[in-house]
Amino acid sequence: MKMVKNAVGRMVPTEINGEKVVPFMGVGKHRPTGKKHAPNISTAIDYPADGDKRVPSLKEALVKSGLKDGMVISTHHHLRNGDLVANQIFDIAAELGVKGLVWLPSASFPCHKDIIKHLESGVVHHIEGSMNGPLGRFASEGKMQGMAVLRSHGGRTQAVQDGEVKIDIAVLAAPTADPFGNGHGLDGPSACGGLGYAYVDYHYADKVVVVTDNLIKFPCMPMQIEGNYVDYVVEMDKIGIPELIVSGTTQITKSPDRLLIAELTTKFCDAAGLIQDGFSFQMGAGGTSLAIGLYFHKILKERQIKARFAVGGSTQYSTKMLEDGCLEYMLDGQTFDLEAVRSMRENRLQHPAISVFHAYDYHAKGNFTTMMDVMILGATEVDVNFNGNVVTHSDGYMLHGIGGWQNCLFAKCTILPVPLFRNRIPIICDEVTTLVGPGELVDVIVTERGIAINPKRQDLIDKVKDSGLPLKTIEELKAEAERICGIPEIPEFTDKVIAAIKWVDGTIIDVVRQVKT
Amino acid sequence: MKTVYAGQNERADRSDCKITLSLKKSGGLDLTVNSKVKLLFEKAIRKTITDVLNAFSIEHAKVTIDDNGAPDYVITARLEACIKQLVSTDKLYLPEQLAQNTTGTCKDRMRRSRLYLPGNTPKLALNAGLHGGDGIILDLEDSVSPARKDEARILVRNTLRAVDFYGGERMVRINQGERGLEDLDAVIPHYANVILLPKCETPEQLLLVDERIQSLRNEYKIENDVWIMPIIESAMGVINAFQIAAASKNVVGLAIGLEDYTADIGAPRTREGKETFFARSMVVNAAKACGLQAIDSVFSDISDMDALCENVLASKALGFDGMGCIHPRQVKVIHDAFAPTEEEIEKARKIVDAFKEAEKKGLGVVAVGSKMIDPPVVKRALRVMELAEKIN
Repeated sequence: MKMVKNAVGRMVPTEINGEKVVPFMGVGKHRPTGKKHAPNISTAIDYPADGDKRVPSLKEALVKSGLKDGMVISTHHHLRNGDLVANQIFDIAAELGVKGLVWLPSASFPCHKDIIKHLESGVVHHIEGSMNGPLGRFASEGKMQGMAVLRSHGGRTQAVQDGEVKIDIAVLAAPTADPFGNGHGLDGPSACGGLGYAYVDYHYADKVVVVTDNLIKFPCMPMQIEGNYVDYVVEMDKIGIPELIVSGTTQITKSPDRLLIAELTTKFCDAAGLIQDGFSFQMGAGGTSLAIGLYFHKILKERQIKARFAVGGSTQYSTKMLEDGCLEYMLDGQTFDLEAVRSMRENRLQHPAISVFHAYDYHAKGNFTTMMDVMILGATEVDVNFNGNVVTHSDGYMLHGIGGWQNCLFAKCTILPVPLFRNRIPIICDEVTTLVGPGELVDVIVTERGIAINPKRQDLIDKVKDSGLPLKTIEELKAEAERICGIPEIPEFTDKVIAAIKWVDGTIIDVVRQVKT
Repeated sequence: MKTVYAGQNERADRSDCKITLSLKKSGGLDLTVNSKVKLLFEKAIRKTITDVLNAFSIEHAKVTIDDNGAPDYVITARLEACIKQLVSTDKLYLPEQLAQNTTGTCKDRMRRSRLYLPGNTPKLALNAGLHGGDGIILDLEDSVSPARKDEARILVRNTLRAVDFYGGERMVRINQGERGLEDLDAVIPHYANVILLPKCETPEQLLLVDERIQSLRNEYKIENDVWIMPIIESAMGVINAFQIAAASKNVVGLAIGLEDYTADIGAPRTREGKETFFARSMVVNAAKACGLQAIDSVFSDISDMDALCENVLASKALGFDGMGCIHPRQVKVIHDAFAPTEEEIEKARKIVDAFKEAEKKGLGVVAVGSKMIDPPVVKRALRVMELAEKIN
C-alpha cells in the first residue's frame, strides 16, 4: 500500500478498498467540483396508484430492491443500542448467499456485534461508519476483510452527496409510518424523536425501504421521511427495544470530579463573555455535558436572559430549558430520552427535527455549526498541539465513532471538558494516537486541574486572564498528569491499516493500525 | 509457603490494586501483572515492584498484581504491606516527598470544612483536594476494617507524601488507644498538620497523644506545629470537654461526633436534634472558653443539599466554626452557609469603622448613628470582618 505524508504529518494511504483517495491538505483546502451524485430516475406510474407500497417481509423488500454482491447498504442509528433492524438485513443477505456487502450505518452500537459473524463469513466486506465497542475491537485486531472508513456525520453526508459512496439500498427504520412510506419517530413503541440521519439516505439511495412496527393510515405527519422517495414499506413486530433506544446517557453525572469540570467549564464560558442574551450552544448527552447545560440554565434563569438556539442531542434537561423559556429553539439532530421525544411532539415550532445536512454537511451552502457560540465536546486524547482524538483509546483500540465531533470543531468557541487522566492514563499527551481533529480548531481544554487555552486564541486568553480561573499551559497540564500517573508506554501496532479516518471534506486525515496482541 | 495480600481489585476500586505475595527459597522473581492499563504501564509496574523488592532485599518471590490503574505510590504501599506481613523489618519504602506537602499550618486557620476520606481507598484521594475543602482527613479509624488497618497506615503515609491536596490542611484520624499511638509513628514524620483523636474522654488520653507527637517531632526534626483535634463522642467526653480542650496548647479545636454520642446516651437521633443540643453547646462553650474552634458532626444525607444547608445554618447559630464533610459536593454548601452574608458584612463594616474612628479620636464610646455599640458587639463585628477577609 502506497503511503504519503498528509498536511498534519500523518502517513496515509492513497488508495482505500481499491478506490483512490486524497490525503488531508489542511482545513478548508480541498474543494471538490462537478455535479452532485444522483440516484436513478424513477417514474411515479411504476408505483401503486393506491399508495400502498407494502411488501410482506424485509427479505422480499431486499430481493425486490435487487440485493446482490458488493452492494452498499445504509441504515440510520436513531434506534441506537435498541436497533433490531440492521442485524436482520445481513442475516437475510447471508441466507440469500450474498457476499461482499458494504455497510454504511450513520453509527453502530454494541447491539450490532452480531454482524461480526457476517464480517467473518464475507457477507459483509467492510463497514464505513462509526464502530463502537465490539465491532471496533474486531476491526482493531485486524479481522475485517476490507478497511474500515470512519467519517463524521457531516462527512457521511458529504461522501454520499459527492458520490464517494453510492448507496444501493437504504433500509430505514421508522417508529411510525404509513403504507406510502412517510415516516417519523415521534410515536409508536419504538419512538425515538427525530430521524435526521435518514435524510441523506432516502434522498440519494437507489432503493429505499422503510421498516416500521407502527403502521398508520396515510398520511403520516410530519414527513420526517418523505414517502415520495420510498420504494417499499415493511411492517414487522418490533423494530427496536424501547429502553435501549432511549439510552441511559441522559443522567447528569454524580461524580464530584466531573461536576467540578462542568463547573469550571461554565465559569470559563461566563468569564469569556460567551453566555449572553441570544447566544447559541451545542453539547452532547454525556453526564458532564448535561451538567454544563444545567449550570447554563441556572445562569440564564438568574439573569433572565435566553439562549436563541441550541443544536444537537435533546434531553429532558434541554426540554426543561426550552419550556422554562430560557431557550428559544432546540434544533434537534438526535433525541435522547422520552421527555425530549414528548417535547418534539408538543413543541413543533420550537423543537424541530433537523438533519446532518443542515448542521454539518461540507457540501451544503453553509452550516449551522459555524454560527454556534459555544460548542462542548469530548475527547479520548488531546495532544500538546491541541489535536484531538475521539476514535481510539490510548492503548490503540478503536472503540468509538467520530459522530459530529469533527464538524462541531468549526463553532466559534470549541471547548473540550475532559478529565486530566482516566484510570492512570493521561488524556493530554505529546501526540494523539489517532489525529481526528486538527488543533487549530480546538480552542479550550478544561480539566479538573486547570484550563488550557489554545495560544492561537489570544482573544479568549485576554478575556479571562484576570478571572481567577486556574489557567495553565497545555504543557503544564501534561506535566501534572504525568507526575500523578507516570509516563505511559507507546502502544505497539503492526503495519496493517485497519481503518481510514476521513476529514469533513473527504480527505484522509489519519489511519488506525492493527494493535499488536 | 505462606501467601499474603494487600489492597483490593474490585471493579469499583479505581486507582487501587491487589498484590499477592509469597516468598520462595530460590528461583528469583515470578511476577504476574494483570492490569487494566497493562498495554501502557506494564514495564513501569514491573520496575516499581522490582525496586521495592530490591529495597527489602527480597530476591525470590512470587508476586501477582491485579491492578485497576493504581498510581505508583499505591502499588508501593500495597507491596510494602505484603512484605511486612512476612518479614520483620523497620525499613520503609517511601515515595518522593512533594515539596508542597511539607508546609505547616497556623492555629487559627479556617476549618469550616474537613473532607473525610477512608484511608484505605485511594481512588478518592487523588482528586480530594480539588474540591476546595479547608482540610482533608485521611481516616484510619472507623472507615477501615480491622483486618486492613496495617495496610491502610502505610497507604495513608504514602498519600501524605505523594498526593497534592492543593492547599487543603493534611489531617489524619488515628485509631483509639495503643494502635492510635502507632499510627502517629507512621504519619508524624511525613508532615501531617492535624491529628484527629476519636472518642476522646479524658485529658490524659489527649496528653498521651500530645507527648508522642512531640517526641516524634523531636526525633524527626519536624519544625511545623502538629495540631490535635479531639473528637468528643460520649457522655464522659462531653462532661470533660473543657479539661480536654485546656489540656495542651496544641489542641486546635474540639469536634463532636453525634452518632456515637447519641448511642452512648441511649437516645435516638432526631431531625430536630434536641437530644444533642446539650452536647453541642458544651463542646462549643468548652472550645470557646479556651479560644479554640468548635467543629460540628457530619451531615450524612449526601443527596440533600438543602437539608445540609439548613443544618449548617443551625450549627453556625449554635457557635460552631465548621463541620465535617463526607462528600466533596458538601464543601461548597458548607462554606457558603458559614460565610457571613452581605448584610452581616455591611453591618460589621459600619461598626468596625465606627470603632476605629472612636479609637483614633480617643473616644471611650463607639456609636453608629445614634446607637451606642457595646464592646462585645465590636468584637463580633471584628470577627465577621476577619472571616469575610479570609474567605476572599
